[in-house]
Amino acid sequence: MSDLAAIQQTSLEAVAAATDVAALDAARVQYLGKKGEITGLLKGLGKLPAEERPGAGAEINRVKSALQQAITEKRKILEQSAIATRLEAEAIDVTLAGRNAEIGGLHPVTMVLQRIENFFRGVGYEVVEGPEIEDDYHNFEALNLPEHHPARAMHDTFYFNPQLLLRTHTSPVQVRVMETREPPFRIICPGKVYRVDQPDPSHLPMFHQIEGLLIDHESSFAELKGTIVEFLRAFFEREDLKVRFRPSYFPFTEPSAEVDVQCVHCDGKGCRVCGNTGWLEVMGSGMVHPNVLETSGIDSEKFSGFAFGMGPDRLALLRYGVDDLRHYLDNDLRFLRQFK
Amino acid sequence: MKLSENWLREFVNPKLTTDELVEQLTMAGLEVDGVTPVASEFSKVVVGELLEVNPHPDADKLVVCKVSGGDETHQVVCGAPNARAGIKVPFALVGAKLAGHKLKKAKLRGVESCGMLCSERELGISDSHEGLMELPLDAPVGESMRDYLQLDDYIIDLDLTPNRSDCLGMTGLARETGLLNSLDVQYPKIEPIAPGIEDVFSVELESGSACPRFVGRVIRNIDLKAQTPQWMREKLRRSDIRSIDPVVDVTNFVMLELNHPMHAYDLQKLTGRIVVRQSIKGEKVTLLDGSEVELDADTVLITDESGPIGMGGIMGGLSTAVTEGSRDIFLECAFFSPKSVAGRARSYGMNTDAAHRFERGVDWQGQTNAMERATTLLLEIAGGEAGPLVDTVLDDQLPKSKKVMLRADRIKRLLGVEIPGADINNMLSRLGFAHDSAEFDGQKGWLVSAPSHRFDIDIEVDLIEEISRVFGYNNLPVRTPVTSLTMAAMPEDELTLDRMRDQVVTRGYQEAITYSFVDPALQADLDPEYQAVALANPLSSEMSVMRTTLWTGLLKSLIYNLNRQQDRVRLFETGLRFRMDLNQQELTLENITQEKVLAGVVCGDQYAENWADRSQAIDFYDIKGDLESIFALTGEPDSFKFVNTEHAALQKGQSAEILRHGGNVGYLGPLDPEIQHKLDIRSQVYLFELKIDELITKSITKSAPLSRYPVVRRDIAVVVDQVISALAVRDCVKSAADDTLQNLKLFDVYQGKGIETNRKSLALGLTFQHPSRTLTDEEISSSMDKIIASLETEVGASLRI
Repeated sequence: MSDLAAIQQTSLEAVAAATDVAALDAARVQYLGKKGEITGLLKGLGKLPAEERPGAGAEINRVKSALQQAITEKRKILEQSAIATRLEAEAIDVTLAGRNAEIGGLHPVTMVLQRIENFFRGVGYEVVEGPEIEDDYHNFEALNLPEHHPARAMHDTFYFNPQLLLRTHTSPVQVRVMETREPPFRIICPGKVYRVDQPDPSHLPMFHQIEGLLIDHESSFAELKGTIVEFLRAFFEREDLKVRFRPSYFPFTEPSAEVDVQCVHCDGKGCRVCGNTGWLEVMGSGMVHPNVLETSGIDSEKFSGFAFGMGPDRLALLRYGVDDLRHYLDNDLRFLRQFK
Repeated sequence: MKLSENWLREFVNPKLTTDELVEQLTMAGLEVDGVTPVASEFSKVVVGELLEVNPHPDADKLVVCKVSGGDETHQVVCGAPNARAGIKVPFALVGAKLAGHKLKKAKLRGVESCGMLCSERELGISDSHEGLMELPLDAPVGESMRDYLQLDDYIIDLDLTPNRSDCLGMTGLARETGLLNSLDVQYPKIEPIAPGIEDVFSVELESGSACPRFVGRVIRNIDLKAQTPQWMREKLRRSDIRSIDPVVDVTNFVMLELNHPMHAYDLQKLTGRIVVRQSIKGEKVTLLDGSEVELDADTVLITDESGPIGMGGIMGGLSTAVTEGSRDIFLECAFFSPKSVAGRARSYGMNTDAAHRFERGVDWQGQTNAMERATTLLLEIAGGEAGPLVDTVLDDQLPKSKKVMLRADRIKRLLGVEIPGADINNMLSRLGFAHDSAEFDGQKGWLVSAPSHRFDIDIEVDLIEEISRVFGYNNLPVRTPVTSLTMAAMPEDELTLDRMRDQVVTRGYQEAITYSFVDPALQADLDPEYQAVALANPLSSEMSVMRTTLWTGLLKSLIYNLNRQQDRVRLFETGLRFRMDLNQQELTLENITQEKVLAGVVCGDQYAENWADRSQAIDFYDIKGDLESIFALTGEPDSFKFVNTEHAALQKGQSAEILRHGGNVGYLGPLDPEIQHKLDIRSQVYLFELKIDELITKSITKSAPLSRYPVVRRDIAVVVDQVISALAVRDCVKSAADDTLQNLKLFDVYQGKGIETNRKSLALGLTFQHPSRTLTDEEISSSMDKIIASLETEVGASLRI
């Protein structure tokens, strides 16, 4: 075997044996460096007779370029494996928790209130709030509930003195709006209300109401029904929710109606939640009583209106399956954190 | 109001099941709260008679009875204390089904017992279990108990609204049921009683329209010991009224049947004549129940020569009450106007069936009828002779039959549907409302008069309600309102509460809702600067004053959570606080500031426990950062300033008042250590409260052009006295710099080695940029020199080399 063939073989073997870039470089220098063996062979070409030089030169260059290619390929492989090794070393556990992901949450009653406000804002209602300490006039008198009216017994009232009280409903906000604005208007009034009641699973001395009021030239009971049915179906997200209207009595509306929906727990079959009646009482409503309009300076011959009111605490209870109203005011983080 | 279904069906009997009837009443606006069977399910229980009662040979507490069940005689062993020969009791035969069990022959202490004698509880009639249920002596032996007591019946519990007083009596409810089913009602046949004696007792009415009618009658020689018949006792019982004696039972029965409260006086105890008048303040009367009431000036009083003997329409007096020995009575059936009774009973802390009815309104024309009915029943039961019925009446003071207009057009407008005139005619007739066609200013309609039992019909809309009720609410159309929609204003220069809440939630806070009435003791510690408004009738002393700060409630919620091993707490709340100035004496709406605030309470580590960050307790700057993130929403973060302050609730030296444009926004700081100790809270607590109105103003962005030229940053460290605030340094730099200073960062605070005590080193990073050219080194150095010079003279800073 000629020298060239031997060099080719050993050099290729050396490249193949290199396990890192440094060993590869050493092999490159050994064969292709300035003093390398193949470089040496090329330098020795001058000693050959002129007619042999082209042939021998070509032979050596073939070996040289083959080796160069082998080195390039090997380098690529070695570099890739070096990267792979580094990446492997740098691998992380992606299942560990991220930083600062914790968020708080809104109270379930706020969530329901916001939801209701948004439905009504979408159809042009404006949100209005009012004071929680009220006077007798706005809470009762102006709502057709004069002193000694039997219906006052249904409002167990917290008093500060005979004239000042904690509002028992959000209706006084409506009175304040009617006193100051010219109809037509449509408003929605959310807020806290108060009744003397010891806290138990279904009663709280402080709870919430949200009331709507629409006053216009030609508003009718049919429109009251339309508004309520549409809202309840949107709220419970059930297109076919059954809604019924029952005659009732509120001094500030006439005709007055209680609104029942088909029980959302049992679909009206009867269960613990609906007391086996298949229906849930969710709202009071009615056409605004002409006395109420007139007291606040609105001509009841020119304008009519309807009002409705509901309890977001109870709606939140139905919507989120809360079993005891007292959870709302305990503010136990384990309870609150469930709501996002 | 509770009533027997069978009793209602005696007057009108629609072809409806109990469930259907109840549904129909509910949907007519007479809400049924509950339906319960009169007795539990049982069979083969008959009226039994105890023929013989003998001691048990082997047991002291048992007896062996011979019982007739109609057909034959049975031997029954019994332990009831009232078992004695001659009485009649419910007798369950062998094979009877009782409380789900089948009754078998048994041996009790060696003696055979065939059947069982029952108490009321064993039949599910009441909770009474002291002894056997004793039946009247005329009870037919062998008759099924279910038939004898008509136990196949339900008790309907009606929750009547205040406007439907007409349905507080059985005949009124029957009238309504007849209307709903288009059926005629069989009212009780009431005939006038011809007087057997001449005696009358004179009555004078001096209280005008408060009591314009008083029907009275003397009845002599009644036997109070007579037994009230079983049928009447059962009806009373099913309405939750106990049988007392024939007089009380009959007056209660007539009240339930005809809705006319009545009262009976012992004639022998009455002196002179009865005068009905208004009370004088301070007068006293002792009532039937033994209580003495001191009267206000506005109560209708029944008096005789001895003085007050009853509160009109509320309760009779003790001094003239019918008692065991009474033989002669004077019966009263009067009309007291709703106005004269409304609220009175409640104002004296009382609640009576009579007041409940009168304040809602009873038929002012039915008193004579009720008196005849009561007399008939009483004479039947307790014998005696009746005097003539005397109707003392002030004609001009009686309520007037009102004529109310009803316009077809108004019905259509209010209900949103056109109901044919013939149908309206028909509905008015069924309601018993007399009516004639009429025209009002060219509008067609009816002139309607309401019957005297309907106190709720005053104006047109009252009639429209009746029309809609009879038409059926659920038959009225459903329509979405169509009106011109104007877009609601959405001012962009105002921050919404929802946005603020979202931000706080993003920072990890959970929203709380706490009571508006709080513990005055804790609040006085937290907020002595304001007067809390106190409730006159609080639920408890711990819930007796209105919150002047939300911290009072939030701290309670914090403690609640800490007590449940929740160590890391971040709670916020939005709501009103109620404040009155300390020196304000007068409690009026104007003097109370009702202000909406956003408040929070924080306790525990910065981060929830995790693998990445060393857990570290929160400090002032954590919470300040939370607040600044809210302020940033306004687009004007620099309009807010934190200044050191003192606040009773907060720790001195670490608390800040927050100002915006010089006005108070709120406070932030750690809970005062003394209060913290008092509340037994171990870890550091931070509190904040911000006025929402002060946060709302937001600037609408005016976009500035972006400079294409390079920015240059220079860092310096200056040493200042420890009391010099970062804000002062900042203000000083800003006022000394020109517009090219784009950004100023304070990126390090250092105290310790190399810095004198009482001094601190602040590292500042200043970024300069010009909008339209590159700044030269000379320009920047000149700016820096000016800034440094100003820091030296204004805040006593020295440049740290």
